[in-house]
Amino acid sequence: MRANCWMGKRSVEVQQVPDPKILNDGDAIVKITSTAICGSDLHLYNGLVPTMRSGDIVGHEFMGEVVEVGRGVRNLRVGERVVVPFPIACGACALCRKGLFSLCENSNPNAWMAEKLWGYSPAGLFGYSHMLGGFPGGQAEYARVPFADVGPLKVPPELPDEKVLFLSDIFPTGYMGAEMCDIKPGDIVAVWGAGPVGQFAIKSAFLLGAERVIAIDRFSYRLRLAREASGAETIHYEQVDVNEALRDMTGGRGPDACIDAVGMEAHVPGPLYAYDRAKQAMGLETDRPFALRQAIMACRNGGTVSVIGVYGGFIDKFPMGAVVNRSLTIKSGQCHVQRYLKPLLDRIQNGEVDPSFVISHRLLLQDTPAAYEMFLNKQDECMKVVLTP
Amino acid sequence: MAMPPVSQPIGRPADHRPSGPSLQLHAKRTARRLAWFSIARGLLQVLRPGDFARAIGTRGSVPARLITRLCGLREIAAGVGILTTPRPATWLSSRVAGDMMDLGLLGVAFTAPSARRSRLLGAMAAVAGATVLDARCAQRLTGPPSTSGRAVRSRRSITINRTAEELYRFWRDLSNLPRFMEKVESVSLIDDRRSRWIARGPLGMRFEWEAELTEDRPNQLIAWRSVPGSQLDSAGVVRFQPAPGGRGTEVVVELEYTPPGQEVAAQLARLIGQAPEQQLQQDLRRVKQLMETGQIIEARPALQSVEGGLDTRRSRSRTPRAVSVVRGGSR
Repeated sequence: MRANCWMGKRSVEVQQVPDPKILNDGDAIVKITSTAICGSDLHLYNGLVPTMRSGDIVGHEFMGEVVEVGRGVRNLRVGERVVVPFPIACGACALCRKGLFSLCENSNPNAWMAEKLWGYSPAGLFGYSHMLGGFPGGQAEYARVPFADVGPLKVPPELPDEKVLFLSDIFPTGYMGAEMCDIKPGDIVAVWGAGPVGQFAIKSAFLLGAERVIAIDRFSYRLRLAREASGAETIHYEQVDVNEALRDMTGGRGPDACIDAVGMEAHVPGPLYAYDRAKQAMGLETDRPFALRQAIMACRNGGTVSVIGVYGGFIDKFPMGAVVNRSLTIKSGQCHVQRYLKPLLDRIQNGEVDPSFVISHRLLLQDTPAAYEMFLNKQDECMKVVLTP
Repeated sequence: MAMPPVSQPIGRPADHRPSGPSLQLHAKRTARRLAWFSIARGLLQVLRPGDFARAIGTRGSVPARLITRLCGLREIAAGVGILTTPRPATWLSSRVAGDMMDLGLLGVAFTAPSARRSRLLGAMAAVAGATVLDARCAQRLTGPPSTSGRAVRSRRSITINRTAEELYRFWRDLSNLPRFMEKVESVSLIDDRRSRWIARGPLGMRFEWEAELTEDRPNQLIAWRSVPGSQLDSAGVVRFQPAPGGRGTEVVVELEYTPPGQEVAAQLARLIGQAPEQQLQQDLRRVKQLMETGQIIEARPALQSVEGGLDTRRSRSRTPRAVSVVRGGSR
C-alpha cells in the first residue's frame, strides 16, 4: 500500500510499504477512505517530537471501512464504516474504566520510553512517535486498529466522511477543551489559536453555553472563519496587545476561562520570541509557551486555564505566581476521544454542528508532502487538509 | 556468593542490603588508582596532544589536537576531583560521562577516511574497559539500589485489575510465565516443586537452570530459587496484595541473580540499556495486559511481520531511503 512516511525533519514522503496485518486477536484492518493532517503532525514535521524514526507512517485522524477483523473482535464486522479515535485504548484497565482513555495503561508497548520523559506513560497513539507506541498511522491506504471493539465508532451511511472524520481527534479535542472550562451562563471564554482545534473549541464553548467567545490568532483568514462560522469576537495578536484588549473586552476582569489551542510552537511578536526560539534550538527548553503564559496572565481571578495544545517536554518562565495568588485552575490532557464519540455524533446528526466547516483543501494521499508544506506555511489560506487515498 | 534465604527478600530492599564497609574501602582504593590514571593521561594529552592523537589512530590534525587537549584538561580535573573531595563518587560519575564522550569522539574519528581503524578500535576497547571500572567503582561508593556484591537485584510492582486469587492461579502455573516474560523461553515442570528454565540473557547469552519453589502461600506469595550449582544463581519472590479501595491487586516482584561473567556482564547490560529493573517492569506490564485484556499488544509495523523477518534495525543514515522500515516494540 501507499503511506505517508516521516523521513526526518521537514521531510515526509509517500512510499510503497507492506500492507498492515492483524497482529493481535482484537485488531481490525481498516481501508481508509478519508484522512487528515493535524496541527500536531506539524510538531513531528518540525522535528520537535523525540523518538520518531525515519520511515514511520504518520497520521492519526482517519476513517474507513473494516476489511478484516481478528478472532477476538465482537462488535465490528467486515464492511462496516468506522471513525477511529487517535488514542489507542484497551477499555479494560482502571483508567479506561474511568473514561480516561488517552491514559490507557495497556496500549503503549514502549511505555518505558515515555516514563523516562514524563514519569508515567500515557496511552499509545497512532502515528505519533515510538515513545507513544510506534503504531503506524493513518495517512495511508490501510491501517491496523488495535482494540477494535473499544475505539472505532460505527457511523451511519447517510453522513458523509467530511461530517464525521473529525470525530477522530479535533472535534472532541476542541470540545474537551471547552468542557474543562466548566462554562456557566454569562461566561466569556478566550481561545488562543484559531486553527482547526481552536475553531472546534470556539464552537463547543458556545454549545456549552458561553455568552461570548474571543479568538486570538495572527492569521486574518482564521479569525474571519471564527467570526463567520461560530460568531466569535477576534483579536489579531500582532496588531493589538492581547492582555490589554482582553481586559478591555471583559469589563476589566479578564475572561472566565482561557483555552490554549496552540501548544509548543507558539509565536509572539517582539524579542521574547527570539529568546524562547533560541533556547528551544539549543535544547534548553523543548517548548515555546507564549500562548500558555499569556493565557495564564489574562485569565480572571479564580478562572480556568484549559490546555489542549500539545506540549512535549519542558518550558521556561512559567508564571506560577499568577496561578497560586489568583487561584487559577489549570486543566489539561490529550483528548479522551472515546468518551465523546457518541454524544458528538448525536450533535452532528441533529444538525447542531457540521464539522466540515474547517476544511479548506481536499487532496489526494499522493499530495501529502506538498500539503504539509502548505499547512506549515499557512499558504493559500490553509486551514484543514483532508486527503483521500 | 551468599544468597539470602528467599523468605527474607520479602522485606523492603533496604532491609537486606549488605552494608559492606570492606567493599567501600576497596572501592575507594580503586577510585584513587583511577584518579592517578586520569591525571597521567590528562597530562600526556595536554602536553603531547599530537603524539597522543596519533597513537590512538587519528591523523593528529589541528582540531584533533585541540579536542585531545580539552579532553586532557577534563581528565586532570576529574582526577584532582576524585583525590581531593570527600565524595569522589560524583567525580567518578563525571569520568563515566567523559568516557562516554570519548567513545563518541572515537566513533566520529572512526568515520574519517584517514583513520587508522585498528588503533581506534584498540582505543575504544580501552575506554570501554575504563568505563566499566569507573561505573562499577562509582556504584560501589554510592551504594547502588540494585546491586549488592555480585548479585543483581531488582524490585518492581504493578497494579492489575484482577483478584489476588486469579493472579496467583495464573502465576502458579509456571508454564504461563514465558507468555509474558520476554527473556524466558520455556519453563518445564520436573515435579511439583522443581522446574527447568531456559532464558536469553544480555548480549545474546543463553541460560538454563533448575529452580525450586521455596515458599508457596496460596493467593499471597510464591518464592523460588535456583538449585545449588546452577548456571544462573537466582532467586525471586512475587507477592499479591489487594490494592486499597477494591482497585485490583498489587503485584510486587523481587528478583536477584548472579549472572555468569559476574558484574561486568551486568554493567555492560546496563550500559546498553538492558537494565534488569527495566526488563522486570516490561514483563510486569505485559502480564497486566494479558490479565486485563487477554492479549499483549504488538506494535510492530507491517514490514516486520512480512515472511522472512527482515532485520529492521536501521542504521539511520546508511540505509537507502526507499526501504522504509520501522521498528515498533522495544526489543
